[in-house]
Amino acid sequence: MAAIKAHGSLISTATNRVLVILYEKELEFEFVSVDMSTGEHKKDHFLSLNPFGQVPALEDGDLKLFESRAITKYVAYEYAGKGTQLIHQDSKKMAITLVWMEVEAQQYDPVASKLVWELGIKPMLGMVTDKAIVEENEAKLAKVLDVYENRLAHSKYLGGDCFTLADLHHLPTLQYLLGTQSQKLFDSRPHVSAWVADITARPAWLKVQALRKKH
Amino acid sequence: MATPVKVYGPPMSTAVSRVLACLYEKNVEFELISINMSKGEHKKPEFLKLQPFGQVPAFEDESISIFESRAICRYICDKYADKGNKGLYGTNPLAKASIDQWIEAEGQSFNPPSSTLVFQLAFAPRMNIKQDKVLIRQNEEKLSKVLDIYEKRLGEARFLAGDEFSLADLSHLPNTQYLVSGTDKGNLFTSRENVGRWWDEISSRDSWKKVVDLQKGA
Repeated sequence: MAAIKAHGSLISTATNRVLVILYEKELEFEFVSVDMSTGEHKKDHFLSLNPFGQVPALEDGDLKLFESRAITKYVAYEYAGKGTQLIHQDSKKMAITLVWMEVEAQQYDPVASKLVWELGIKPMLGMVTDKAIVEENEAKLAKVLDVYENRLAHSKYLGGDCFTLADLHHLPTLQYLLGTQSQKLFDSRPHVSAWVADITARPAWLKVQALRKKH
Repeated sequence: MATPVKVYGPPMSTAVSRVLACLYEKNVEFELISINMSKGEHKKPEFLKLQPFGQVPAFEDESISIFESRAICRYICDKYADKGNKGLYGTNPLAKASIDQWIEAEGQSFNPPSSTLVFQLAFAPRMNIKQDKVLIRQNEEKLSKVLDIYEKRLGEARFLAGDEFSLADLSHLPNTQYLVSGTDKGNLFTSRENVGRWWDEISSRDSWKKVVDLQKGA
């Protein structure tokens, strides 16, 4: 029986962020589906895992964690010896990775998530896309991706020479946006486009896609 | 003697003050270099080399240059682990994981509504920008829901991540300071018993008092 349990929903970007790292680190885990359509995530037994009533949550033995980016950091450090190395032990190298992890969380994700909601998830739920919100956020995303284009012209990956958490954290929202009109923002920037193609082709990410298709 | 650590930005910036609080907690000497944002200094090429998004703070330590206040704080705690408050970022991986969890909660759930309120209520009037009443009401409601969760959590533990003051609590200091001392929304915090107790305790730390003094002096 797996000591690691990942609780969440397969359409949730934050849940996918946790699943991909578990595959990257080649860890055995149990995926526990949370049925958000019946409000399971707001019920007491789930609130004991995440008091904000959001997915995902992780259990590793007695440890309980929420916030996908705290979970990925914990997994990357705790299982540093297994699977893909996603962090640096050297504090200066890790500092640069931390910078771009924050950039993803503070600059990229607020904008990308709005587009994922409007263009990716609303259609799935039969809701109407708000074109004004899409236009506003595509303009914002373009500015962020200009900074990325410049960064990736000088660095193979966002955090440095190797694939790290800084790149991994982008995968879930990226995947959604690649199926939408916003894909053009990535395609039109050569370094960004090459980076997207590289990281979305990683075997661990393909395993997350396979898990989504099975359910 | 040149101090290797440099912080760029005005102390009144919430993100800059987050970094200053961490440096004081860790007893790390630093040089604060002012950036004149009203003159657009933060959007000029020399500054964009340090921070490509044109925001404050930027940070240099010996040969490295980094940005994003929460990344800077984590770096300071890693590099200067043996200085000042040694437990600020936990002394073992499990403690660190719990602290990271609440730093993320701050960044993802607390910061968006609280920083909108700080801008609307504390900065907009000074900048002659018209306040958006709808935005204020919406974000007050969002922040209230977050603080209800904090109220429950702080009834179970003295600080957010456990029994000790940590980087998770520190991350909340800048926005809360403005809301409690500079706006009429302080009651969001003070009317909640555990949150009020927690705010009193974390804001009376010497390190935070030094930051507030710097803000007043600027």
